[in-house]
Amino acid sequence: MEGPIRAREALALTLLSLLFFLSRSSALHDLLISNAERRIDLSSHIVKVYLTLKVENAGSSPASEVVLAFPPSQVDHLATVEALATKGKRKKTTFVRLEVKPTELPDAPNDTKYFTIYLANPLNSGESITLEVLYMLTHSLEPFPAEIGQSESQLVYYRDSALVLSPYHIKQQTTFIKTPSTKVESFARVEPTNRAGTEIKYGPYEDRTPYSFSPILVHFENNSPFAVVEELVREVEISHWGNLQVTEQYKLVHAGARHKGVFSRVDYQSRPSFNGVSSFRYLLARLPPRVHSVYYRDEIGNISSSHLRTDSRKSELEIEPRYPLFGGWKATFVVGYGLPLQDFLFESSEDRRYLNFTFGCPLIETVVDKLTFKVVLPEGSKDPSAVVPFPVDQHLETKYSYLDIVGRTVVVLEKKNVVPGHNSHFQVYYTFKPIFMLAEPLMLASAFFLFFIACIAYLHIDLSIRK
Amino acid sequence: MSSIIASDLLKPFKLKTKQQELLIRVSILCLVYILAFITRLFSVLRYESMIHEFDPYFNYRTTLYLTQNGFYDFWNWFDSESWYPLGRIIGGTLYPGLMVTAALIYRLLHFLRFAVHIREVCVLTAPFFASNTTIVAYFFGKEIWDSGAGLVAAILIAVCPGYISRSVAGSYDNEGVAIFALLFTFYLFVKAVNTGSLAWGLASAFGYFYMVSAWGGYVFIINLIPLYVLVLLITGRYSMRLYVAYNCMYILGMLLAMQIRFVGFQHVQSGEHMAAMGVFFLMQVFYFLDWVKHMLSDTKLFQAFLKITVTFAVAVGAVALGVGMVSGYISPWTGRFYSLLDPTYAKDHIPIIASVSEHQPTAWSSFMFDFHILLFLFPAGLYFCFKRLSDATIFIVMYGLTSMYFAGVMVRLILVATPAVCLISAIAVSATVKNLAVLLRSKNKVVQTGSTKGTSSGKASSKASLDQSQPFQKNGAMALLFGAFFLLSKYATHCTWVTSEAYSSPSIVLAARGAHGNRVIFDDYREAYFWLRQNTPPDAKVMSWWDYGYQITAMGNRTVIVDNNTWNNTHIATVGRAMSSYEDEAYEIMRSLDVDYVLVVFGGVTGYSSDDINKFLWMVRIGGGVFPVIKEPDYLVNGEYRVDKGAAPKMLNCLMYKLSYYRFGELLTEYGKPPGYDRARGVEIGNKDIKLEHLEEAFTTSNWIVRIYKVKPPNNRW
Repeated sequence: MEGPIRAREALALTLLSLLFFLSRSSALHDLLISNAERRIDLSSHIVKVYLTLKVENAGSSPASEVVLAFPPSQVDHLATVEALATKGKRKKTTFVRLEVKPTELPDAPNDTKYFTIYLANPLNSGESITLEVLYMLTHSLEPFPAEIGQSESQLVYYRDSALVLSPYHIKQQTTFIKTPSTKVESFARVEPTNRAGTEIKYGPYEDRTPYSFSPILVHFENNSPFAVVEELVREVEISHWGNLQVTEQYKLVHAGARHKGVFSRVDYQSRPSFNGVSSFRYLLARLPPRVHSVYYRDEIGNISSSHLRTDSRKSELEIEPRYPLFGGWKATFVVGYGLPLQDFLFESSEDRRYLNFTFGCPLIETVVDKLTFKVVLPEGSKDPSAVVPFPVDQHLETKYSYLDIVGRTVVVLEKKNVVPGHNSHFQVYYTFKPIFMLAEPLMLASAFFLFFIACIAYLHIDLSIRK
Repeated sequence: MSSIIASDLLKPFKLKTKQQELLIRVSILCLVYILAFITRLFSVLRYESMIHEFDPYFNYRTTLYLTQNGFYDFWNWFDSESWYPLGRIIGGTLYPGLMVTAALIYRLLHFLRFAVHIREVCVLTAPFFASNTTIVAYFFGKEIWDSGAGLVAAILIAVCPGYISRSVAGSYDNEGVAIFALLFTFYLFVKAVNTGSLAWGLASAFGYFYMVSAWGGYVFIINLIPLYVLVLLITGRYSMRLYVAYNCMYILGMLLAMQIRFVGFQHVQSGEHMAAMGVFFLMQVFYFLDWVKHMLSDTKLFQAFLKITVTFAVAVGAVALGVGMVSGYISPWTGRFYSLLDPTYAKDHIPIIASVSEHQPTAWSSFMFDFHILLFLFPAGLYFCFKRLSDATIFIVMYGLTSMYFAGVMVRLILVATPAVCLISAIAVSATVKNLAVLLRSKNKVVQTGSTKGTSSGKASSKASLDQSQPFQKNGAMALLFGAFFLLSKYATHCTWVTSEAYSSPSIVLAARGAHGNRVIFDDYREAYFWLRQNTPPDAKVMSWWDYGYQITAMGNRTVIVDNNTWNNTHIATVGRAMSSYEDEAYEIMRSLDVDYVLVVFGGVTGYSSDDINKFLWMVRIGGGVFPVIKEPDYLVNGEYRVDKGAAPKMLNCLMYKLSYYRFGELLTEYGKPPGYDRARGVEIGNKDIKLEHLEEAFTTSNWIVRIYKVKPPNNRW
């Protein structure tokens, strides 16, 4: 455990030393950040960072791109990066979503990774713009100690820099770190540093050169459920008879500090909030409204502990795994439900339809390491294409279900490191002729018809023999 | 004569009544078919589509393996997950009929593009075969009596609790398929005897093959049929038909049965199969004598020849049997077979058989429970059978009487008796109702039209003429018919009630009524098994009493030391010894068996009475049977088994007691009772201060029914 920490510190130091020798010839440095405010929310196991940047164009030519820099250790855990441009003052502020893409820059010091924000309108010389950046990090809280007993609470490390890593000169910056409770074991000080309640304030720091880095370490208590779905397969099956069948296969794990030693039921029963503080029993899934025939089971049968609450706007399914999950314990299960088709399927043009569904995991505050989304189109569909607001891996499969002859086309979308931020809509377009709907009923009808014909024939032959 | 002319005249009309009769018969059969299926679905509707009990989990696991890996892998499967460290050769130690059947149904459904899960197929296999059994019962009844009796037999067997107990949805066990195979084989054999046709004989051989592949109960067939043949020979009913049927069935059936690895050469070598072989040779002697008699016209000479031949044949047979026995070529009867012939045998010699509740001698009440009115109809049916004795009725009488005896010896063999009881009762019902109906109809005809067209058989018309002298005959018949109707409707309600109340519980999930009348579900078994499956190392070895072995391997997917296939008594006794020793002694045993986890079932919190503490005396007995260190009296106080303060010291400190009651003394189970009050036995436990040295609590389910302990690694010695 010691090794990587040292390595990271060494890395950070070399980074710092390198910074001064870097050439300033790049076009990047026409921009500068006059004010940066960063708020890091550590209250759950998904780290949410809100970064407000006031960017100024100090150069002579208009700039249309702003570059964000991330240390390589964070990039692997980076789930989403979103950027908004603010317009207007005070109460009339409006936000415009901007496009963000990962980019490679030629002279990146120490494997720094970059994301480029493409501005809607180029920033002219002397102008400034305020950008709101939100990014989420998963698996960034390291439990320490790595193994705890039943009644111990869970302590974690969070590592970051007190200074915002940026290829630009930052005139003034402040970082706020919000911890879930006031129990903070230790935190690194980079003066000026203040701690009040659940908040630790780093800064303000003035006039920092590009690629300034100052590693910090916060050690604090976090007992929020570290619910990680290692693998989630969501399958949506479209039936043009009016139903949308959703099946979700979960491989859930408690990714916090590993449970060690005894699990005592008598302790857990008598004071669950104390003896088992780091464990969790329930998970909440937000399902679409008008959901019906919900089931919750695993390989060995139905799990009877779940509750469904429905109203007109949403449905909430409270699922309880068979046993409380302590650190390192796993549970696999399947959740399935039906939905009315007209809520999700729309016609776009002649015979062309599209499914509009939510990507992501219905469980709230859950990280999905690998999500596979399968859209099973009805038999006879053609030309499928998916429109997803973020990059995913796509391919096609064929699935055979009840009474299928040629098989159904399955659009498979795969994405790693999915957080609740990915619960946005996506569309799958396909062409389908309604006549194909009649294939299966006709097949069944003709099979029965043949059966009865055979019976009649048999009976007649039978009688003729007896005569 | 007049009736023939009338029928000729009314030919189109008559054809129509025949069709109507056919239509009614077919629709009754269809309804019975459906009824037999749906009456077994109580458990699916009340709980879920799941596999029940213990053995079905093994069958399910093997079926899953068969569908995933194919037949050859299944056939050659060495299972290292059970009987650690010995393992088990699955392909050679099971009857594959059930698994292959389910896999074939699964394949067929998938071929027809029904994307069902193999579990659903397994759950519904038993009801499906029960439905098929009703059809066989119809044809069988038709063969031995008439189609009316066949229909009644089909209806009776469709709902008979004795059969339902083993064939509800989810009870995926060999018996579910085997009863169908048993009845089918018998039917085909009777058909072969009645027709003397080689084709039916061949069919019965294949039926027998299917039965052998499905269930160890095939021994009943291979002993009953020779017995039946012997009876026919003795009663002078020997015929060419019998000769053809038996020889064809025996020879082909034997060759086919030997293809099942679990049976193999036992079929010609073990004592249980010798009767069939003896009768086969006797048959040849009979045929030979018949031929000699035919050739020799001199009776005296034939008598002498007969004497010599019979003496010679008996001597040769006895010598062959003796030599076979002594040389070990013919294996002696197994303990299970002895325990069938002598109900007290198992209790004294094989505690492992006696410990299973379904191997106990049957109580009178369970006969009543499982057969209801059939118990009274059975003797009546026997009376009718004896009245109209034929080859077929002799068979059913023998089947009925022998299986009734076996049903008395062991509870689970009520199942084998059920088809016979249903068939014989059906004969009673059908014959009675038919006689009564004929009586009623003929009377009406006499009064109203004066013609005797309605009665077809000469017997009935003679009866009608006889009965004309008796007064109130119509009313009496009416009353009797209503009586029969009343009895049968009582039977139907009883069957439904028994099915719904007694036989439709999966016994994995326990249900109880809560304080407000709501249903409380105890799903602790699956909670524990799923915990094992998810949170223990994949190669963890779990020690538990053998009852839970199949479930742990199937649901928990972990290696077990012993399971329900009780093939190695010593291994089970070792586990029994570990459970009944002190902790440090048990630790040595567990170390030697490489045990990682110990699982015990405990009902003290919920009042679940079939837990390990109540089974504990059997562990002591079985353990003590092999290891004399374990003595049963050490665990008893004045011959009494108790767990409270007055319990024996060895009892209070043995591993099973410690694991069951660990930290139970701190728990308040019931208001107004001291902590540590055991609700299953209704006492306060005697040892509340239990310390574990070599084990630690790894998991306890929410209602404490299953408790899992981890065996700690040995302490460092320096």
